[in-house]
Amino acid sequence: MTTSQASPAPPAQAAPGAPPGSAGSAGSAGSASSAGLPRWALPLAGAAVAVAAYVAFRGTATLPHDDDAAPFQLVNDLRAWVDANRNRSPLFLFFVNYVRLFVGGLYDVFHLVLSLPGWAGLTGVAAGLGWLTGGRRIGLTAALGFGSFGVLGLWEASVATLALVLTAVLLSLLIGLPLGVWAGRSPRLRRLLAPVLDVMQIMPTFAYLAPMVLFFQIGPASAAVATMIYSIPPAIRITALAIEQVSASAVEASTSLGATRWQTLRKVQLPMARATIGLAVNQTIMMALSMVVIAALIAAPGLGSDIIRGLTRANVGLMLPAGVAIVVMAVVLDRITMSAATRAPYETAGRTRWIVAGALAVGGVALGRALPAEFPQEWVLRFAGPVNEAVAWAKFSWYGFTDAVRNLTTEALLNPLQSVLTGSPWWLVSAVVLAVAWRTGGPRPAAVAVGCLLATAPLGLWQHTMETLTTVLVAVALTLIAGLLLGIAAARSPRFAAVQRPLLDAAQTMPAFVYLLPALALFGATRFTAIFASVIYAIPPVVRLVEDGIRNVSPAAVEAALSCGSTDRQLLWKVRLPLARRAILLAANQGIVMTLAMVVVGGLVGAGGLGYDVVSGFSQRSDFGMGFAAGVATVLLGIMLDRITQGADERNSTPGSNRMTTRKKRIA
Amino acid sequence: MASSDGVAIEVRGLWKIFGHRADRVLGSPDAALDPAALRARTGCVAAVRDVSFSVRPGEVFVVMGLSGSGKSTLVRCLTRLIEPTAGEISIAGEDVCAASPARLRDLRRHRVSMVFQHFGLLPHRKVVDNVAYGLEVQGVPRARRHERAREILTLVGLDGHAEARPDQLSGGMRQRVGLARALAADPDVLLLDEPFSALDPLIRRDMQAEVVRLHREVGKTMLFITHDLAEALKLGERIAIMRAGAIVQLGTAEELVGAPADEYVADFVRDVPRSEVLSLRWICRSPGGDERLDGPALPARTIIRDAVPAALESDAPIRVVEDDELLGVVDRRDILASLAGAGS
Ligand SMILES: Nc1ncnc2c1ncn2[C@@H]1O[C@H](COP(=O)(O)OP(=O)(O)OP(=O)(O)O)[C@@H](O)[C@H]1O
Ligand SMILES: [Mg+2]
Repeated sequence: MTTSQASPAPPAQAAPGAPPGSAGSAGSAGSASSAGLPRWALPLAGAAVAVAAYVAFRGTATLPHDDDAAPFQLVNDLRAWVDANRNRSPLFLFFVNYVRLFVGGLYDVFHLVLSLPGWAGLTGVAAGLGWLTGGRRIGLTAALGFGSFGVLGLWEASVATLALVLTAVLLSLLIGLPLGVWAGRSPRLRRLLAPVLDVMQIMPTFAYLAPMVLFFQIGPASAAVATMIYSIPPAIRITALAIEQVSASAVEASTSLGATRWQTLRKVQLPMARATIGLAVNQTIMMALSMVVIAALIAAPGLGSDIIRGLTRANVGLMLPAGVAIVVMAVVLDRITMSAATRAPYETAGRTRWIVAGALAVGGVALGRALPAEFPQEWVLRFAGPVNEAVAWAKFSWYGFTDAVRNLTTEALLNPLQSVLTGSPWWLVSAVVLAVAWRTGGPRPAAVAVGCLLATAPLGLWQHTMETLTTVLVAVALTLIAGLLLGIAAARSPRFAAVQRPLLDAAQTMPAFVYLLPALALFGATRFTAIFASVIYAIPPVVRLVEDGIRNVSPAAVEAALSCGSTDRQLLWKVRLPLARRAILLAANQGIVMTLAMVVVGGLVGAGGLGYDVVSGFSQRSDFGMGFAAGVATVLLGIMLDRITQGADERNSTPGSNRMTTRKKRIA
Repeated sequence: MASSDGVAIEVRGLWKIFGHRADRVLGSPDAALDPAALRARTGCVAAVRDVSFSVRPGEVFVVMGLSGSGKSTLVRCLTRLIEPTAGEISIAGEDVCAASPARLRDLRRHRVSMVFQHFGLLPHRKVVDNVAYGLEVQGVPRARRHERAREILTLVGLDGHAEARPDQLSGGMRQRVGLARALAADPDVLLLDEPFSALDPLIRRDMQAEVVRLHREVGKTMLFITHDLAEALKLGERIAIMRAGAIVQLGTAEELVGAPADEYVADFVRDVPRSEVLSLRWICRSPGGDERLDGPALPARTIIRDAVPAALESDAPIRVVEDDELLGVVDRRDILASLAGAGS
């Protein structure tokens, strides 16, 4: 057997330094070298130096945590000043307070409008809307979904959450859509916004909360503003993408006929971008839904408070109904907006559809008038008790297993790593980060990464940052291992992939903290709970990227390898995985940022570190400064991790475009 | 402003240089460099270099050249869809380069329309709304513009497709929509940028016949871009050949084939059957001493092929005359030689 194609060197002969990426992954491919050092010599030497430095300098130059560090006091003083001057400083008198009033008022209006038709009325309206956009199926989904809020005993809370989501989404779209359209037409603005949006998208949810409290105090207004800021990036990004993608020849034709810029925008660009802008709206709503829950920490009304209370008290029965309600709300809003967005452009809803939808809405409202406004108590299903019993039973009967898993991870991975990270001198950790980031991304990302890391020290949070980093690293390692295995399995077996796909799809529409539920049920409130939750949270996109990456390896390369007699296993290790390297790096990037977001939220369930600082910042006034600083530190940590793993994105083709699409589903 | 009568489009010294420091390149000696060298030195691309020509009202003026020679850029500069780097353009006496945005819009709305290679139809609108788009942006009321659009659709042979959507039409039909859209505002000038390149040969032939017919019926000035020589010869009264952004020769088909300016043009027209393009003028010779001069007389502009019947009927050589003056003679052998593609 001979090969005619030469390009992908058959594995057996893979010479050192030949095709980039063919060695390195396993570290064993490059056999004895003739010219220069093998690829892994430098990293190995670097690792040896780091270990030696650790052994020699362990325990020196560490930066232990101090609850009363100066930066925290500074923020506390700032808050005291703000509280004292809230009604005096012009910044507050003429700007911040008005924003607060306006947003609060908007929320009240939404809440009132949604409450007026009563439960039957609102359900009817939702069903009508669903019917209008997506026909019978979506109409039914909406009716059942809204009905279930009542059955779960959470009608009032659901309405409040919905009002908050709508407020935040409306504001997001009011700002985000025009900005997105503008960015879509102006490359300069696009370049200006890109880094800002990048950072906003890797900011963990918690980081948004403390500044809101500082400016807007707690309550629906500041919750709506936090949610708005959190959910605005996809509105801007995807809208800009949508406008940018409109066929240039259509725009040119319009201009050539003497249309003004405004006419071209209104008659050509917007209609042609409609479906994608629909996606932007959809993503904005999904982001808002997950933030609205977290915002319960700053006294957002609605379902979030049940969930937060359940989380902090490790009471699964308390949070389960609210969790179900949020997921149902996410599904209903997702289906309605998606079917509205994907409807063919020229197809307007038929007349019968309008009639049915109108009838449903009017009928619902009429029924709502006739029935009492309260959802009938006897229809409410109460299952907190049974759920807690089931959880207790599961905990008890699987204790041997769950405890073993938890202890193994804690003892074998978490504790040693944490003592290494917290016991190392700060300069050593920074040097290692610099080296790693330089190698994966080059000098600029490395400088940013180290800068961010070092900035946590003057914040007084070095030690807690190291603790959180430990958790993240362990979680990421587990996520990547599991994600790679599942992704490879799916790429090799279409049947497995067919089973897995819908599960992944469903998983990606769920708000983040939903994943804390099973984790909490199984493992109680420990550090491992957060790890478990972040693993299952981050796995779906990782699996997906890995699967696609392996599947998209050029068939020619595979054929060439097969034709020189590779076994299946050789094919995987020597051809498929190396060639899918880019996709895998991207998966790591996604996984790492999602994991961080979840680990921080895990502060609610005993994960410690920065997340816990943020939570206690809200529960105790004296810790506000620390919570605020911890929020900033999570952002810094996020940027650092992102830069380290960004090599995959930056080095290739069009920056932005693939980030845009792969990141749009990120919900944290 | 001078020659508003007698000239539909007048272009003088037009330049378009893409790139950051385009205006700096223009004055410098770099401007004389060939494209590859210019790109290497400055990173700029000179897509149109010092182009001048004028088009008479009612003429079909063809611009042709290989891919990348700057044809599309040139035609887009005419209505400033691409902003020219330097030069003067006047359309029907109006100075385009000095026009305010509003004047420019006015020009695009009422006087110059464009047809695109890739149609540029609006997929979310019905055919009739595509055709009426130009009128719509002018603010013509709906009923009036639809009426007009239907008239034009009849003219281009798309009766009964008004309610269809662009993606339901074949390529040829789509370009008819493109044509109809350009014609709807009844402009004086049509700019057609390779309108038929994306169509297959049979449909292309139909569409060319269509353009010839339309030109006869509506008598517009047309600037037609193509890289297909046969198309150029079929449609164009005068043809400009572009290479690397500059016009290397401008003339009638006959002039190009009979006296190509350089190798490039000669290469271009090599496969053209000379007898179908050249007139008797190009092959006539002074009569030999013993030749009879009583053969039939034909005007010098007669195409060679059209002289075949006369040559067959008469034993004597054909006399080639212009303004009652004898230019020379052509006998059967001369005609056969040029039919066989020999000569020059
Ligand atoms: N926006 C632009 N920016 C930079 N260079 C451009 C731009 N548009 C065109 N060019 C360059 O200008 C030159 C002329 O392009 P143009 O599209 O006018 O050629 P063309 O003759 O129409 O070719 P074709 O027959 O393929 O349509 C090409 O070298 C092209 O690369
Ligand atoms: Mg072109």
